[in-house]
Amino acid sequence: MSLALKALKKSPWVFHVNTGACNNCDIEILDALTPRFDVERFGIVLVGSIRHADVLLISGPVTRNVLPRLKRLYEQAPKPIKVIVVGACGCRCGIFRDGYNIIGPVDKYIPVDAYVPGCPPKPETIIAGVVKVLGTL
Amino acid sequence: MVKKIPIGPFHPILEEPEFFELHVDGEKVVDIDITIGWSHRGIELLSESKTWDQVPFLVERVCGICSASHPYAYVLAVEDLLQVEVSKRAQYIRAIVAELERLHSHLLWTGLAGHFIGYNTVFMWCWKYREPVLDILEAVTGNRNHYATYRVGGVRRDVPQEEIPNIRKMLDELWKKNDMLTNAILDDPVIHARTKGVGVLGWDKCREYGALGPTARAGGYDVDARRDHQTDAYAELDWDVVLCQNGDVFDKAVVRQLENFEAIKIIRQCVDKLEAMGPGTEEDLVLEIGEIPPGEGLGVYEAPRGEVFHYVRSNGGNMPMRHKIRAPSFNNILTNEYSVLNYAVADAGLITAAVDPCYSCTERVGRVDTRTGERWVMSEGDLIKLSQEKTEMIRRSLRGK
Ligand code: SF4
Repeated sequence: MSLALKALKKSPWVFHVNTGACNNCDIEILDALTPRFDVERFGIVLVGSIRHADVLLISGPVTRNVLPRLKRLYEQAPKPIKVIVVGACGCRCGIFRDGYNIIGPVDKYIPVDAYVPGCPPKPETIIAGVVKVLGTL
Repeated sequence: MVKKIPIGPFHPILEEPEFFELHVDGEKVVDIDITIGWSHRGIELLSESKTWDQVPFLVERVCGICSASHPYAYVLAVEDLLQVEVSKRAQYIRAIVAELERLHSHLLWTGLAGHFIGYNTVFMWCWKYREPVLDILEAVTGNRNHYATYRVGGVRRDVPQEEIPNIRKMLDELWKKNDMLTNAILDDPVIHARTKGVGVLGWDKCREYGALGPTARAGGYDVDARRDHQTDAYAELDWDVVLCQNGDVFDKAVVRQLENFEAIKIIRQCVDKLEAMGPGTEEDLVLEIGEIPPGEGLGVYEAPRGEVFHYVRSNGGNMPMRHKIRAPSFNNILTNEYSVLNYAVADAGLITAAVDPCYSCTERVGRVDTRTGERWVMSEGDLIKLSQEKTEMIRRSLRGK
Protein backbone atom coordinates (compact mmCIF):
# COMPACT_ATOMS: atom_id res chain seq x y z
CA MET A 1 0.00 0.00 0.00
CA SER A 2 1.41 3.33 -1.02
CA LEU A 3 1.90 6.08 1.50
CA ALA A 4 -0.79 8.16 -0.14
CA LEU A 5 -3.38 5.40 0.23
CA LYS A 6 -2.36 4.75 3.78
CA ALA A 7 -2.86 8.39 4.68
CA LEU A 8 -6.15 8.44 2.84
CA LYS A 9 -7.48 5.57 4.88
CA LYS A 10 -6.78 7.21 8.22
CA SER A 11 -8.74 10.36 7.71
CA PRO A 12 -10.59 10.63 4.41
CA TRP A 13 -11.40 14.17 3.41
CA VAL A 14 -14.57 14.46 1.46
CA PHE A 15 -15.61 16.92 -1.21
CA HIS A 16 -19.17 16.91 -2.34
CA VAL A 17 -20.58 17.83 -5.73
CA ASN A 18 -24.14 18.24 -6.82
CA THR A 19 -24.51 17.56 -10.51
CA GLY A 20 -28.18 18.44 -10.69
CA ALA A 21 -29.65 16.58 -7.73
CA CYS A 22 -32.83 17.58 -5.98
CA ASN A 23 -30.54 18.42 -3.02
CA ASN A 24 -32.02 15.87 -0.69
CA CYS A 25 -29.04 13.59 -1.15
CA ASP A 26 -26.80 16.55 -0.35
CA ILE A 27 -28.71 17.29 2.81
CA GLU A 28 -28.39 13.69 3.91
CA ILE A 29 -24.64 13.87 3.27
CA LEU A 30 -24.44 16.97 5.47
CA ASP A 31 -26.63 15.24 7.97
CA ALA A 32 -24.03 12.52 8.38
CA LEU A 33 -21.66 15.19 9.69
CA THR A 34 -23.99 16.58 12.35
CA PRO A 35 -24.39 15.33 15.91
CA ARG A 36 -26.63 12.30 15.41
CA PHE A 37 -24.16 10.54 13.11
CA ASP A 38 -21.09 12.69 13.57
CA VAL A 39 -18.63 11.10 11.19
CA GLU A 40 -16.09 13.75 12.10
CA ARG A 41 -15.29 11.48 15.03
CA PHE A 42 -13.57 9.21 12.53
CA GLY A 43 -11.68 11.96 10.82
CA ILE A 44 -14.10 12.23 7.92
CA VAL A 45 -14.29 15.93 7.14
CA LEU A 46 -16.06 17.86 4.43
CA VAL A 47 -13.52 20.13 2.77
CA GLY A 48 -14.05 23.34 0.84
CA SER A 49 -11.77 22.62 -2.07
CA ILE A 50 -11.43 19.68 -4.40
CA ARG A 51 -7.65 19.99 -4.14
CA HIS A 52 -7.79 18.77 -0.56
CA ALA A 53 -10.12 15.86 -1.16
CA ASP A 54 -9.53 12.12 -0.89
CA VAL A 55 -13.10 11.11 -1.56
CA LEU A 56 -15.49 12.67 -4.04
CA LEU A 57 -19.17 12.28 -3.18
CA ILE A 58 -21.37 12.95 -6.18
CA SER A 59 -25.14 13.26 -6.11
CA GLY A 60 -27.53 13.80 -8.94
CA PRO A 61 -27.92 12.96 -12.60
CA VAL A 62 -25.47 14.86 -14.79
CA THR A 63 -27.07 17.86 -16.47
CA ARG A 64 -25.77 19.38 -19.66
CA ASN A 65 -24.62 22.57 -17.92
CA VAL A 66 -22.76 20.81 -15.18
CA LEU A 67 -20.80 18.29 -17.26
CA PRO A 68 -17.79 20.50 -18.15
CA ARG A 69 -17.50 21.48 -14.49
CA LEU A 70 -17.69 17.89 -13.34
CA LYS A 71 -14.91 16.86 -15.71
CA ARG A 72 -12.77 19.75 -14.59
CA LEU A 73 -13.34 18.93 -10.95
CA TYR A 74 -12.26 15.38 -11.54
CA GLU A 75 -9.14 16.56 -13.34
CA GLN A 76 -8.29 18.91 -10.49
CA ALA A 77 -8.71 16.24 -7.86
CA PRO A 78 -5.48 14.85 -6.40
CA LYS A 79 -5.09 11.16 -7.30
CA PRO A 80 -5.70 8.58 -5.97
CA ILE A 81 -9.25 9.71 -5.38
CA LYS A 82 -12.20 7.53 -4.54
CA VAL A 83 -15.47 8.46 -6.22
CA ILE A 84 -18.72 7.53 -4.52
CA VAL A 85 -22.07 8.19 -6.13
CA VAL A 86 -24.89 8.89 -3.72
CA GLY A 87 -28.52 8.37 -4.63
CA ALA A 88 -30.58 6.77 -7.34
CA CYS A 89 -30.06 9.79 -9.56
CA GLY A 90 -26.31 9.55 -9.64
CA CYS A 91 -26.35 5.77 -10.07
CA ARG A 92 -28.83 5.53 -12.93
CA CYS A 93 -30.43 8.99 -13.29
CA GLY A 94 -33.44 7.84 -11.27
CA ILE A 95 -36.72 9.52 -12.03
CA PHE A 96 -35.08 12.10 -14.30
CA ARG A 97 -33.77 9.57 -16.79
CA ASP A 98 -35.88 10.77 -19.69
CA GLY A 99 -35.23 14.46 -19.13
CA TYR A 100 -33.89 16.28 -22.17
CA ASN A 101 -31.22 18.06 -20.18
CA ILE A 102 -29.94 14.91 -18.50
CA ILE A 103 -26.99 13.37 -20.23
CA GLY A 104 -26.49 10.23 -18.31
CA PRO A 105 -25.32 8.82 -15.03
CA VAL A 106 -22.04 9.87 -13.45
CA ASP A 107 -20.13 6.72 -14.41
CA LYS A 108 -20.53 7.56 -18.07
CA TYR A 109 -18.07 10.40 -17.60
CA ILE A 110 -15.78 9.61 -14.71
CA PRO A 111 -14.73 6.33 -13.07
CA VAL A 112 -16.82 5.44 -10.02
CA ASP A 113 -15.74 3.26 -7.10
CA ALA A 114 -19.00 2.77 -5.25
CA TYR A 115 -22.71 3.34 -5.65
CA VAL A 116 -25.03 4.14 -2.76
CA PRO A 117 -28.62 3.56 -3.90
CA GLY A 118 -31.70 5.11 -2.34
CA CYS A 119 -33.79 8.18 -2.85
CA PRO A 120 -32.37 9.65 -0.76
CA PRO A 121 -30.15 7.08 0.95
CA LYS A 122 -30.28 7.40 4.73
CA PRO A 123 -27.15 8.82 6.35
CA GLU A 124 -26.40 5.37 7.74
CA THR A 125 -26.31 4.01 4.20
CA ILE A 126 -24.01 6.76 3.01
CA ILE A 127 -21.62 6.10 5.87
CA ALA A 128 -21.75 2.37 5.13
CA GLY A 129 -20.83 3.14 1.52
CA VAL A 130 -17.82 5.21 2.51
CA VAL A 131 -16.70 2.57 4.99
CA LYS A 132 -16.97 -0.19 2.37
CA VAL A 133 -14.83 1.76 -0.06
CA LEU A 134 -12.22 2.34 2.62
CA GLY A 135 -12.31 -1.37 3.39
CA THR A 136 -11.20 -2.18 -0.14
CA LEU A 137 -8.01 -0.17 0.18
CA MET B 1 -11.59 50.19 -8.86
CA VAL B 2 -14.19 47.54 -9.48
CA LYS B 3 -13.25 43.89 -9.16
CA LYS B 4 -15.35 40.84 -9.80
CA ILE B 5 -15.68 37.90 -7.44
CA PRO B 6 -17.41 34.89 -8.93
CA ILE B 7 -19.15 32.68 -6.37
CA GLY B 8 -20.19 29.39 -7.82
CA PRO B 9 -21.49 27.27 -9.20
CA PHE B 10 -20.55 24.71 -6.54
CA HIS B 11 -20.64 25.23 -2.83
CA PRO B 12 -19.12 22.81 -0.37
CA ILE B 13 -21.84 22.98 2.20
CA LEU B 14 -25.01 22.38 0.30
CA GLU B 15 -27.46 21.91 -2.43
CA GLU B 16 -27.86 23.03 -5.95
CA PRO B 17 -25.30 24.84 -8.01
CA GLU B 18 -25.87 28.52 -8.56
CA PHE B 19 -23.57 31.24 -9.78
CA PHE B 20 -23.11 34.75 -8.44
CA GLU B 21 -20.58 37.26 -9.60
CA LEU B 22 -19.96 40.04 -7.14
CA HIS B 23 -18.55 43.30 -8.44
CA VAL B 24 -16.62 44.84 -5.60
CA ASP B 25 -15.02 48.18 -5.00
CA GLY B 26 -12.60 47.54 -2.17
CA GLU B 27 -14.73 45.87 0.47
CA LYS B 28 -18.01 47.21 -0.87
CA VAL B 29 -20.28 45.23 -3.19
CA VAL B 30 -21.43 47.49 -6.01
CA ASP B 31 -23.15 45.06 -8.34
CA ILE B 32 -24.05 41.41 -8.67
CA ASP B 33 -24.67 39.10 -11.61
CA ILE B 34 -26.76 36.03 -11.02
CA THR B 35 -26.77 32.95 -13.24
CA ILE B 36 -29.07 30.07 -12.48
CA GLY B 37 -29.96 26.95 -14.39
CA TRP B 38 -27.25 24.50 -13.34
CA SER B 39 -29.62 21.86 -12.12
CA HIS B 40 -32.13 22.31 -14.88
CA ARG B 41 -33.62 18.85 -15.32
CA GLY B 42 -36.63 19.62 -17.47
CA ILE B 43 -39.19 18.54 -14.90
CA GLU B 44 -42.13 20.32 -16.52
CA LEU B 45 -41.68 18.41 -19.75
CA LEU B 46 -41.03 15.14 -17.91
CA SER B 47 -44.26 15.67 -16.05
CA GLU B 48 -46.17 15.69 -19.31
CA SER B 49 -45.06 12.10 -19.86
CA LYS B 50 -46.25 10.85 -16.46
CA THR B 51 -49.78 9.90 -15.49
CA TRP B 52 -51.73 12.16 -13.13
CA ASP B 53 -50.98 9.84 -10.25
CA GLN B 54 -47.26 9.60 -10.97
CA VAL B 55 -46.64 13.32 -11.13
CA PRO B 56 -46.58 13.86 -7.34
CA PHE B 57 -43.54 11.56 -7.13
CA LEU B 58 -41.81 13.63 -9.76
CA VAL B 59 -42.63 17.06 -8.36
CA GLU B 60 -41.56 16.17 -4.87
CA ARG B 61 -38.13 15.74 -6.42
CA VAL B 62 -38.10 19.32 -7.66
CA CYS B 63 -36.50 20.22 -4.38
CA GLY B 64 -35.49 17.95 -1.57
CA ILE B 65 -36.57 20.31 1.18
CA CYS B 66 -39.88 21.37 -0.30
CA SER B 67 -40.84 17.81 -1.03
CA ALA B 68 -44.23 18.26 0.60
CA SER B 69 -45.04 21.68 -0.81
CA HIS B 70 -44.66 20.89 -4.48
CA PRO B 71 -46.94 17.86 -4.52
CA TYR B 72 -49.33 19.79 -2.29
CA ALA B 73 -49.59 22.61 -4.82
CA TYR B 74 -49.88 20.10 -7.64
CA VAL B 75 -52.74 18.14 -6.10
CA LEU B 76 -54.48 21.41 -5.27
CA ALA B 77 -54.17 22.35 -8.94
CA VAL B 78 -55.71 19.08 -10.13
CA GLU B 79 -58.43 19.33 -7.50
CA ASP B 80 -59.12 22.86 -8.69
CA LEU B 81 -59.54 21.44 -12.19
CA LEU B 82 -61.88 18.74 -10.90
CA GLN B 83 -63.68 21.06 -8.48
CA VAL B 84 -63.63 18.53 -5.65
CA GLU B 85 -62.93 18.92 -1.96
CA VAL B 86 -61.00 16.27 -0.10
CA SER B 87 -62.05 14.79 3.23
CA LYS B 88 -61.26 16.56 6.49
CA ARG B 89 -58.98 13.76 7.57
CA ALA B 90 -56.90 14.09 4.42
CA GLN B 91 -56.70 17.84 4.94
CA TYR B 92 -55.31 17.44 8.44
CA ILE B 93 -52.77 14.86 7.36
CA ARG B 94 -51.66 17.13 4.54
CA ALA B 95 -51.22 19.99 6.96
CA ILE B 96 -49.27 17.85 9.43
CA VAL B 97 -46.74 16.67 6.84
CA ALA B 98 -46.39 20.12 5.31
CA GLU B 99 -45.82 21.79 8.68
CA LEU B 100 -43.33 19.14 9.79
CA GLU B 101 -41.49 19.96 6.63
CA ARG B 102 -41.57 23.66 7.48
CA LEU B 103 -40.07 22.88 10.88
CA HIS B 104 -37.15 20.90 9.53
CA SER B 105 -36.56 23.37 6.73
CA HIS B 106 -36.43 26.40 9.02
CA LEU B 107 -34.17 24.61 11.48
CA LEU B 108 -31.88 23.69 8.63
CA TRP B 109 -31.71 27.32 7.54
CA THR B 110 -31.00 28.66 11.03
CA GLY B 111 -28.20 26.14 11.33
CA LEU B 112 -26.64 27.13 8.04
CA ALA B 113 -26.93 30.83 8.84
CA GLY B 114 -25.15 30.07 12.11
CA HIS B 115 -22.41 28.31 10.18
CA PHE B 116 -22.03 31.28 7.88
CA ILE B 117 -21.36 33.72 10.68
CA GLY B 118 -19.05 31.33 12.46
CA TYR B 119 -21.44 29.97 15.08
CA ASN B 120 -20.90 26.33 14.41
CA THR B 121 -22.56 25.42 17.68
CA VAL B 122 -25.80 26.81 16.32
CA PHE B 123 -25.29 24.75 13.18
CA MET B 124 -24.81 21.54 15.12
CA TRP B 125 -27.63 22.23 17.54
CA CYS B 126 -30.17 23.05 14.88
CA TRP B 127 -29.34 19.95 12.91
CA LYS B 128 -29.55 17.89 16.06
CA TYR B 129 -33.00 19.24 16.88
CA ARG B 130 -34.02 18.62 13.32
CA GLU B 131 -33.47 14.88 13.64
CA PRO B 132 -36.53 14.13 15.81
CA VAL B 133 -38.68 15.91 13.21
CA LEU B 134 -37.29 13.63 10.52
CA ASP B 135 -37.88 10.62 12.73
CA ILE B 136 -41.53 11.54 13.05
CA LEU B 137 -41.77 12.07 9.31
CA GLU B 138 -40.27 8.65 8.81
CA ALA B 139 -42.73 7.09 11.23
CA VAL B 140 -45.69 8.82 9.61
CA THR B 141 -44.80 8.64 5.93
CA GLY B 142 -42.15 5.95 5.66
CA ASN B 143 -39.28 8.14 4.53
CA ARG B 144 -37.15 10.85 6.09
CA ASN B 145 -37.54 13.03 3.03
CA HIS B 146 -39.71 12.59 -0.05
CA TYR B 147 -42.89 11.68 1.73
CA ALA B 148 -45.08 10.38 -1.09
CA THR B 149 -48.08 11.38 0.98
CA TYR B 150 -50.02 13.57 -1.40
CA ARG B 151 -52.35 12.18 -3.95
CA VAL B 152 -55.02 13.69 -6.14
CA GLY B 153 -58.17 13.47 -4.05
CA GLY B 154 -56.52 12.94 -0.70
CA VAL B 155 -53.51 11.30 0.86
CA ARG B 156 -51.85 7.97 0.49
CA ARG B 157 -51.79 6.85 4.09
CA ASP B 158 -53.14 7.63 7.51
CA VAL B 159 -51.17 8.92 10.48
CA PRO B 160 -51.00 5.84 12.71
CA GLN B 161 -52.91 6.46 15.96
CA GLU B 162 -50.09 4.98 18.01
CA GLU B 163 -47.72 7.62 16.63
CA ILE B 164 -49.80 10.50 17.94
CA PRO B 165 -48.35 10.49 21.50
CA ASN B 166 -44.84 10.43 19.98
CA ILE B 167 -45.65 13.38 17.78
CA ARG B 168 -46.94 15.33 20.79
CA LYS B 169 -43.88 14.50 22.82
CA MET B 170 -41.54 15.52 20.01
CA LEU B 171 -43.41 18.80 19.56
CA ASP B 172 -43.25 19.63 23.25
CA GLU B 173 -39.51 19.09 23.30
CA LEU B 174 -38.99 20.99 20.10
CA TRP B 175 -41.00 23.91 21.45
CA LYS B 176 -38.55 24.24 24.35
CA LYS B 177 -35.50 23.92 22.12
CA ASN B 178 -36.87 26.41 19.64
CA ASP B 179 -37.61 28.79 22.48
CA MET B 180 -34.03 28.49 23.62
CA LEU B 181 -32.70 29.07 20.11
CA THR B 182 -34.94 32.06 19.56
CA ASN B 183 -33.84 33.65 22.81
CA ALA B 184 -30.23 32.97 21.97
CA ILE B 185 -30.64 34.82 18.69
CA LEU B 186 -32.57 37.70 20.26
CA ASP B 187 -30.06 38.14 23.08
CA ASP B 188 -26.71 37.74 21.43
CA PRO B 189 -25.01 41.10 20.82
CA VAL B 190 -22.67 39.60 18.22
CA ILE B 191 -25.53 38.22 16.18
CA HIS B 192 -27.19 41.64 16.41
CA ALA B 193 -24.05 43.33 15.17
CA ARG B 194 -23.61 40.90 12.31
CA THR B 195 -27.19 40.75 11.07
CA LYS B 196 -29.05 43.93 12.04
CA GLY B 197 -29.26 46.44 9.24
CA VAL B 198 -27.53 44.01 6.89
CA GLY B 199 -29.07 43.02 3.58
CA VAL B 200 -32.12 45.19 4.08
CA LEU B 201 -35.02 44.48 1.75
CA GLY B 202 -37.84 46.84 2.67
CA TRP B 203 -41.52 46.67 1.86
CA ASP B 204 -41.25 48.58 -1.41
CA LYS B 205 -38.38 46.44 -2.68
CA CYS B 206 -40.16 43.23 -1.67
CA ARG B 207 -43.08 44.42 -3.74
CA GLU B 208 -40.92 45.43 -6.66
CA TYR B 209 -39.11 42.09 -6.85
CA GLY B 210 -42.15 40.03 -5.93
CA ALA B 211 -40.37 38.55 -2.92
CA LEU B 212 -42.21 35.71 -1.23
CA GLY B 213 -42.30 33.80 2.00
CA PRO B 214 -40.16 34.72 5.00
CA THR B 215 -38.02 37.00 2.83
CA ALA B 216 -41.04 39.17 2.14
CA ARG B 217 -42.62 38.86 5.58
CA ALA B 218 -39.38 40.01 7.22
CA GLY B 219 -39.78 43.25 5.26
CA GLY B 220 -43.37 43.69 6.37
CA TYR B 221 -44.81 42.58 3.04
CA ASP B 222 -47.79 40.56 4.10
CA VAL B 223 -48.14 37.48 1.86
CA ASP B 224 -48.91 33.97 2.96
CA ALA B 225 -50.59 31.63 0.53
CA ARG B 226 -52.00 29.46 3.28
CA ARG B 227 -54.09 32.36 4.51
CA ASP B 228 -54.59 34.26 1.26
CA HIS B 229 -55.86 31.22 -0.62
CA GLN B 230 -57.60 29.54 2.30
CA THR B 231 -55.71 26.31 1.70
CA ASP B 232 -57.59 23.24 2.92
CA ALA B 233 -57.66 22.95 6.70
CA TYR B 234 -55.71 26.15 7.36
CA ALA B 235 -58.88 28.21 7.11
CA GLU B 236 -60.32 26.67 10.26
CA LEU B 237 -57.14 26.33 12.32
CA ASP B 238 -55.88 28.90 14.77
CA TRP B 239 -52.53 30.30 13.66
CA ASP B 240 -50.93 33.62 12.77
CA VAL B 241 -48.85 34.97 9.95
CA VAL B 242 -45.55 36.22 11.39
CA LEU B 243 -44.57 39.70 10.22
CA CYS B 244 -41.51 41.83 10.93
CA GLN B 245 -40.64 45.32 9.72
CA ASN B 246 -36.98 45.86 8.92
CA GLY B 247 -36.27 43.27 6.25
CA ASP B 248 -32.67 42.70 7.36
CA VAL B 249 -31.02 39.34 7.93
CA PHE B 250 -31.91 39.51 11.62
CA ASP B 251 -35.61 39.83 10.87
CA LYS B 252 -35.45 37.02 8.36
CA ALA B 253 -34.07 34.78 11.07
CA VAL B 254 -36.67 35.95 13.59
CA VAL B 255 -39.55 35.35 11.17
CA ARG B 256 -38.40 31.79 10.61
CA GLN B 257 -37.89 31.09 14.29
CA LEU B 258 -41.34 32.41 15.16
CA GLU B 259 -42.91 30.49 12.29
CA ASN B 260 -41.63 27.33 13.91
CA PHE B 261 -43.90 28.03 16.86
CA GLU B 262 -46.84 28.57 14.52
CA ALA B 263 -46.06 25.30 12.75
CA ILE B 264 -46.00 23.46 16.06
CA LYS B 265 -49.35 25.03 16.96
CA ILE B 266 -50.86 23.90 13.65
CA ILE B 267 -49.60 20.33 14.00
CA ARG B 268 -50.90 20.10 17.54
CA GLN B 269 -54.39 21.12 16.46
CA CYS B 270 -54.39 18.71 13.52
CA VAL B 271 -53.18 15.86 15.68
CA ASP B 272 -55.92 16.56 18.22
CA LYS B 273 -58.54 16.42 15.49
CA LEU B 274 -57.14 13.20 14.08
CA GLU B 275 -57.14 11.61 17.49
CA ALA B 276 -60.76 12.59 18.03
CA MET B 277 -61.66 10.99 14.68
CA GLY B 278 -60.02 7.66 15.47
CA PRO B 279 -58.50 5.40 12.82
CA GLY B 280 -59.89 5.92 9.34
CA THR B 281 -60.79 3.73 6.41
CA GLU B 282 -59.51 3.95 2.86
CA GLU B 283 -62.55 6.01 1.83
CA ASP B 284 -61.75 8.63 4.46
CA LEU B 285 -58.29 9.12 3.03
CA VAL B 286 -58.83 9.49 -0.66
CA LEU B 287 -61.71 10.28 -2.99
CA GLU B 288 -62.46 8.05 -5.91
CA ILE B 289 -61.13 9.97 -8.91
CA GLY B 290 -62.00 8.67 -12.35
CA GLU B 291 -61.19 10.41 -15.59
CA ILE B 292 -59.68 13.86 -15.46
CA PRO B 293 -61.83 15.98 -17.78
CA PRO B 294 -60.41 18.66 -20.08
CA GLY B 295 -59.79 21.91 -18.27
CA GLU B 296 -57.21 23.79 -16.30
CA GLY B 297 -56.42 24.28 -12.65
CA LEU B 298 -54.25 26.39 -10.38
CA GLY B 299 -52.70 25.32 -7.12
CA VAL B 300 -50.92 27.56 -4.67
CA TYR B 301 -49.28 26.58 -1.44
CA GLU B 302 -46.96 28.33 0.98
CA ALA B 303 -43.71 26.37 1.04
CA PRO B 304 -41.12 27.13 3.73
CA ARG B 305 -39.49 29.55 1.29
CA GLY B 306 -42.62 31.16 -0.08
CA GLU B 307 -45.43 30.57 -2.46
CA VAL B 308 -45.23 27.54 -4.76
CA PHE B 309 -47.43 27.80 -7.80
CA HIS B 310 -48.56 24.96 -10.05
CA TYR B 311 -50.69 25.15 -13.16
CA VAL B 312 -52.03 22.10 -14.96
CA ARG B 313 -54.04 21.73 -18.12
CA SER B 314 -55.78 18.56 -19.17
CA ASN B 315 -57.06 17.50 -22.56
CA GLY B 316 -58.96 14.61 -21.08
CA GLY B 317 -56.07 12.17 -21.35
CA ASN B 318 -54.31 10.35 -18.56
CA MET B 319 -51.38 12.77 -18.44
CA PRO B 320 -51.22 16.51 -17.95
CA MET B 321 -51.04 18.32 -21.25
CA ARG B 322 -49.19 21.22 -19.69
CA HIS B 323 -47.73 21.54 -16.24
CA LYS B 324 -46.16 24.79 -15.15
CA ILE B 325 -44.25 25.15 -11.90
CA ARG B 326 -43.00 28.29 -10.26
CA ALA B 327 -40.94 28.02 -7.11
CA PRO B 328 -40.45 30.91 -4.67
CA SER B 329 -36.66 30.87 -4.78
CA PHE B 330 -36.86 32.10 -8.34
CA ASN B 331 -38.20 35.41 -7.08
CA ASN B 332 -36.21 35.44 -3.89
CA ILE B 333 -32.80 34.80 -5.42
CA LEU B 334 -33.25 37.82 -7.64
CA THR B 335 -33.76 40.07 -4.63
CA ASN B 336 -30.07 39.56 -3.91
CA GLU B 337 -29.46 41.87 -6.81
CA TYR B 338 -30.64 44.66 -4.56
CA SER B 339 -29.99 43.42 -1.05
CA VAL B 340 -26.24 42.82 -1.29
CA LEU B 341 -25.49 46.22 -2.75
CA ASN B 342 -23.25 48.45 -0.65
CA TYR B 343 -22.49 45.81 1.96
CA ALA B 344 -19.12 44.24 2.64
CA VAL B 345 -17.91 41.11 0.87
CA ALA B 346 -17.89 39.34 4.22
CA ASP B 347 -21.63 39.92 4.44
CA ALA B 348 -22.44 38.81 0.91
CA GLY B 349 -22.49 35.11 1.68
CA LEU B 350 -24.80 35.65 4.60
CA ILE B 351 -27.15 37.92 2.67
CA THR B 352 -27.47 35.61 -0.29
CA ALA B 353 -28.07 32.73 2.08
CA ALA B 354 -30.62 34.71 4.07
CA VAL B 355 -33.33 34.31 1.47
CA ASP B 356 -32.85 30.56 2.00
CA PRO B 357 -32.52 29.93 -1.67
CA CYS B 358 -32.31 26.35 -2.61
CA TYR B 359 -28.82 27.68 -2.77
CA SER B 360 -25.49 26.27 -3.47
CA CYS B 361 -22.34 27.44 -4.97
CA THR B 362 -18.72 27.35 -5.10
CA GLU B 363 -15.88 25.03 -5.51
CA ARG B 364 -13.74 28.12 -5.55
CA VAL B 365 -13.93 31.87 -5.48
CA GLY B 366 -11.79 33.74 -7.97
CA ARG B 367 -11.21 37.46 -7.98
CA VAL B 368 -10.83 39.20 -11.29
CA ASP B 369 -9.36 42.64 -11.54
CA THR B 370 -11.31 44.02 -14.48
CA ARG B 371 -8.62 46.54 -15.45
CA THR B 372 -5.58 44.33 -15.52
CA GLY B 373 -7.36 41.03 -15.96
CA GLU B 374 -5.38 39.85 -12.96
CA ARG B 375 -7.09 36.89 -11.37
CA TRP B 376 -6.56 35.02 -8.18
CA VAL B 377 -8.45 32.16 -6.74
CA MET B 378 -9.72 31.69 -3.21
CA SER B 379 -11.61 28.64 -2.08
CA GLU B 380 -15.20 28.99 -1.01
CA GLY B 381 -13.95 28.08 2.42
CA ASP B 382 -12.17 31.43 2.34
CA LEU B 383 -15.44 33.23 1.80
CA ILE B 384 -16.97 31.55 4.80
CA LYS B 385 -13.78 32.20 6.71
CA LEU B 386 -13.96 35.88 5.80
CA SER B 387 -17.44 35.97 7.23
CA GLN B 388 -16.42 34.06 10.34
CA GLU B 389 -13.45 36.34 10.92
CA LYS B 390 -15.71 39.35 10.82
CA THR B 391 -17.84 37.82 13.56
CA GLU B 392 -14.75 37.17 15.60
CA MET B 393 -13.68 40.80 15.19
CA ILE B 394 -17.06 42.07 16.32
CA ARG B 395 -17.04 39.70 19.24
CA ARG B 396 -13.66 40.96 20.35
CA SER B 397 -14.58 44.60 20.03
CA LEU B 398 -17.80 44.04 21.98
CA ARG B 399 -15.88 42.30 24.71
CA GLY B 400 -13.47 45.23 24.85
CA LYS B 401 -16.25 47.67 25.68
S1 SF4 C 1 -31.68 10.19 -5.63
FE1 SF4 C 1 -33.62 11.04 -4.96
S2 SF4 C 1 -33.08 12.31 -3.22
FE2 SF4 C 1 -31.21 11.94 -4.36
S3 SF4 C 1 -31.01 13.65 -5.75
FE3 SF4 C 1 -32.09 12.02 -6.85
S4 SF4 C 1 -34.25 12.48 -6.56
FE4 SF4 C 1 -33.11 13.63 -5.02
